[in-house]
Amino acid sequence: MKIELGTWAVEGNEVDAAGRELAIEARGLVKRFDGFTAVDGVDISVPRGAIYGILGPNGAGKTTTLRMLLGIIDPDEGHRRVLGHDRPTDVARRIGYLPEERGLYPAMKAYEAIAFLAALRGVPLKEGRRRGRELLEENGLGYAADRQIRQLSKGMAQQVQLLGTLVHKPDLVVLDEPFSGLDALNQGKLERLIRQLAADGTTVIFSTHVIAHAERMCNQVAIIAGGKVPFAGPVDVARDRLRPQVRLETRAQDGPWRAALPADARHEGAFWHFTLPESGVEPLLRALIEGDAGILSLSIERAGLHDAFVAIAGEAAARALEANPEEEGRR
Amino acid sequence: MLSHRLHAAWVVARRDFVAVIFSKAFIFFLLGPLFPVIVGMMAGSIGATVQRDLDRPVIGVAMPAHEGDLMVVARDAVARQLDGRVPELVVLKRLRDGEAFDARVALGSGQGVAAIITGTRAAPVLTGTPERIDQWQGIVGLIAARAVEKAPQGYPIVQVAEVKTSVAKQRNEQVLTAQAGQVLLFLLTMLLAGMVLSNLVEEKANKIIEVLAASIPMDALFLGKLFAMLAVSMVGIAVWGSGYGLLVLVGQKSAPLLAAPAVGWPMFLALGFAYFAMAYLLLGSMFLAIGGLATTVREVQTLSMPATMLQLIVFFFASYALARPGTWIETASRVFPVSSPYAMLASAAQSSALAPHLVALAWQALWVGLMVRFGSQLFRRTVMKSGPARPRKAKRRKAVAA
Repeated sequence: MKIELGTWAVEGNEVDAAGRELAIEARGLVKRFDGFTAVDGVDISVPRGAIYGILGPNGAGKTTTLRMLLGIIDPDEGHRRVLGHDRPTDVARRIGYLPEERGLYPAMKAYEAIAFLAALRGVPLKEGRRRGRELLEENGLGYAADRQIRQLSKGMAQQVQLLGTLVHKPDLVVLDEPFSGLDALNQGKLERLIRQLAADGTTVIFSTHVIAHAERMCNQVAIIAGGKVPFAGPVDVARDRLRPQVRLETRAQDGPWRAALPADARHEGAFWHFTLPESGVEPLLRALIEGDAGILSLSIERAGLHDAFVAIAGEAAARALEANPEEEGRR
Repeated sequence: MLSHRLHAAWVVARRDFVAVIFSKAFIFFLLGPLFPVIVGMMAGSIGATVQRDLDRPVIGVAMPAHEGDLMVVARDAVARQLDGRVPELVVLKRLRDGEAFDARVALGSGQGVAAIITGTRAAPVLTGTPERIDQWQGIVGLIAARAVEKAPQGYPIVQVAEVKTSVAKQRNEQVLTAQAGQVLLFLLTMLLAGMVLSNLVEEKANKIIEVLAASIPMDALFLGKLFAMLAVSMVGIAVWGSGYGLLVLVGQKSAPLLAAPAVGWPMFLALGFAYFAMAYLLLGSMFLAIGGLATTVREVQTLSMPATMLQLIVFFFASYALARPGTWIETASRVFPVSSPYAMLASAAQSSALAPHLVALAWQALWVGLMVRFGSQLFRRTVMKSGPARPRKAKRRKAVAA
């Protein structure tokens, strides 16, 4: 139940247009640092139980947005509401956060590090230690439970911190560039873990500059570039921003059917490539058949998130995204 | 929510306390006070030796025949009466009849004497620098008089009646106690504030600060860190106190005693602890705020320099006020929050009134609260900046456009 106070609710859970409960709702978030606007009017609605991606190149404002959502820093303008509370710090115990710059106390043992992170979120130390050992065992790191963090590899320390992020069984998990620094095997493990969390009802929001991750995993994305969010919503809707592409192969080289092709049609090899006309596929097919095109094959390809990103955020943002060496390595 | 904050502060304090206590740095922390003590002892020992040498000057004697020897015997008799504070006499030369002796030449030739007596017992001549002449003219006369047997052969025994102390003496001794308390307070505070600062910088370097900032309120983080170091200092004080006690026991020597403070030792120690906590919390929160502004150890050193200087000034201010009781300076030093703990501790040594301490502690606690709040807000504002640096070209363009 939402109780309105002026224009902003003070208690209860938000719902989106589709009537789904929202884990996070942010409106018009602005953050300036020394006169530089890092985030400029960001609107985000994250449904409960969703896997939500914040996609953008480095320096686009992803981390600052997440920090505002978590209450680490306050926005200069705008409002945010997290798990039904105006002050995210009030629900800090229900949130798990993995920052982009990972960090643990080097002298702590792995299970103690998890217990410490749990204690910060209100779990008693003894229980945290028990869960720490348990989680390490479950994730194949039981042998490292008593090793100091400084004795672990970077990847292992990162896994320990991720387990520490989840140890208190949060309702909302916020991961800032979680795939960064992980090898392919561990990226796969993390993807499975995120899906499992969402299946269990946990809301997961993560930032990434890797389109493939967002496309593969997210129900919804916010595309962020230059501190602004030109698109936020379901991935399918983002892709639908672009008309599907048609690939046509015909027996006839020429004929009256050519008039059915849109103006952007181009001939490459044996195929014609063009954007599906707004009238849809049926009138196109009819015109091709009636014009004796002799259709050998016709495929309609939906636009990928990368193309959608280019269309939404612009070529410059796409180039910035592609300029990242990690991105290059993974695509 | 208060319970959440306290729990969070407790989690941070426990972690920091354990981490510091079991670190190598803590050993150095414990050994820290030894260095000034050792340096002080060495300097004191060297100084004492030099002083002893300076205090045992030798006067040479060059007189006819055995007159010089008689002067030496007379000197010993006078020295016994004057508790030894009489310069040594050494016969440089026993002059034959008519033999000349140039005392000025002898003094300049490095005979190892500070002055020379020539002439006769009845008419001695003292040659030396004006200072030495001023210092020894009377005593040489006394020795010569004794040597010619004109001085009394015996001295009456003076009965003595001691009093334990006088008002003036007591006041002076309590000022010493106050000064000692202030110095100890200052050293401890500086040592610990530096530790809490380096602890925070280490956390920034470890990148764990963001996890902490996301998990718990910043003021809880501050409080936790401050109280962890306070607990560390308690361990340090316990160790130092025990070590000192052990040394006194093993060495079978009595500890140098300070005069009992006006409020009595138990209350003075209790107030000392309270004022130490306040001084440390005030300075520590200031240093933590500085730690928030800095990203590297070098930056911390640069930024903490003014705070350290300020603390020194505050300490000198409180010490200065100690010598000016009843003036506005003393009042100001008690009211100014950062100098208040020092000034009030000194007051506890000199005045038995307890009510002012309750007021002072409440006043200081209020400022601790404000400083922690302000420090944590500043820290929060400055520590979590991210995003690209503003391009200089864009800045320049904007300036040109304007």
